[in-house]
Amino acid sequence: MIRVILPGHLRALARVSAEVQLDVKGPVTQRSVLDALEAQYPMLRGTIRDHVTQERRPFLRFFACEEDYSLEPPDTPLPDAIASGKEPLLIIGAIAGG
Amino acid sequence: MSGVRVLVGTRKGAFVLTSDGKRERWDVSGPHFAGWEMYHVKGSPIDPNRLYASQCSGWFGQIIQRSDDGGKTWTQPGTPPGERTTPEGMPKGESNKFVYDTSAQTGKPLTTHQWYDGTQHPWEFKRVWHIEPSPTDPDTVYAGVEDAGLFRSTDGGQNWQELAGLRGHGTGPKWQPGAGGMCLHTVILDPSNPSRIYIAISAAGAFRTDDAGKTWRPINKGLHSQYIPDPNAEVGHCVHHVAMHRSRPNVLFMQKHWDVMRSDNAGDSWQEVSGNLPTDFGFVIDVHAHEPETIYVVPIKSDGEHFPLDGKLRVYRSRTGGNEWEALTKGLPQNDCYVNVLRDAMAVDSFDKCGVYFGTTGGQVYASANAGDSWTPIVRDLPAVLSVEVQTLP
Repeated sequence: MIRVILPGHLRALARVSAEVQLDVKGPVTQRSVLDALEAQYPMLRGTIRDHVTQERRPFLRFFACEEDYSLEPPDTPLPDAIASGKEPLLIIGAIAGG
Repeated sequence: MSGVRVLVGTRKGAFVLTSDGKRERWDVSGPHFAGWEMYHVKGSPIDPNRLYASQCSGWFGQIIQRSDDGGKTWTQPGTPPGERTTPEGMPKGESNKFVYDTSAQTGKPLTTHQWYDGTQHPWEFKRVWHIEPSPTDPDTVYAGVEDAGLFRSTDGGQNWQELAGLRGHGTGPKWQPGAGGMCLHTVILDPSNPSRIYIAISAAGAFRTDDAGKTWRPINKGLHSQYIPDPNAEVGHCVHHVAMHRSRPNVLFMQKHWDVMRSDNAGDSWQEVSGNLPTDFGFVIDVHAHEPETIYVVPIKSDGEHFPLDGKLRVYRSRTGGNEWEALTKGLPQNDCYVNVLRDAMAVDSFDKCGVYFGTTGGQVYASANAGDSWTPIVRDLPAVLSVEVQTLP
């Protein structure tokens, strides 16, 4: 199972209280994880990636194993620790404004 | 009429304020969607339990929420058939998609508008400013958005289609953002003519369709704006809000950036009715529920100083459709008050003694149960108020 930690506002929107667990088929990449996340929680469509372009919203970042993967191509494999569920993928809102 | 429900959108959530016909004691529910910007919450005129809300965030984009029980519970329209809950047992929803029309069928590919520096800039969807439910069908609802465009849903907010004829009118390259962005903030549905809709955009002006949104024309003749290159231009005016009384849909009242205006011919021409106002800058304007010549504004000092003149919060009422104004001050702070009242933050109820309500950027929501003669704060310390709507409950 893939583990994903969402920012607080998106946890409220998805009505989950903790990290979410996803079953991802095939290679574990940003795209495949987000596809699985949006399939399980359709209310999150458009909140992390643009509805049409599927590009990451500019004030969100993706971290895995303490590394920033935000600028990596979406089909780049995520670390084994993410694929095995040992570590979670963190989706983090940028610190901007008050 | 059994009571009144005041729907308040704020910078950090939505609130529902309810009272009986006396409008003296209030229950406060909220914050709903805590932490999110709630630009607008509005109820269906024919199904008061059906509410729509615009929820947005600079981080996470635009969500449309819907309630079918008067604001007690909310869901995002678009629950997939057969999928009732998340794994945690909660209802599923779907974020709502606002995509500008670029189809070949319309012949209106994505165009550009004027940017602050005068260059051309492509349309980019940012948020829904105003939601206008249909007066006849609870599942039909309009959304005025930034960058300026008008969308319509006919399935209760699940799917939205742009009425692209507005953006395709041809003057789009001359539209430009106001200080708050290039927002379509006013949508008025003519109750006597389903084909007629009025909208207003900052800073483009007012527009009207007479064929249910297929084609539009600017209705800005008579507006004079000294801050644009041609003060009498066809488009480019910073209209802040427009109001209409449902008994006289050809009579419109406008709070422009500066100037309070009036049209008696469905916007074909406008006359200034600022009269004796101490300043004619402002954002809100509204009409009494039963007296179509009684209108309300809240004068603001200037475009550079968005607060009341002399630190005195005063609503001005005209019983003559403009020009002659009286200050309404009883119950409102008359010293050291430096809040603003934003364009969608005033509304009226339809009790025999018309109630008037407005919210401030200081978080107060004031109510008057006597058409403005005196005011009482329902709440004093909400987040900055973005919008106020009122439902008079059957």
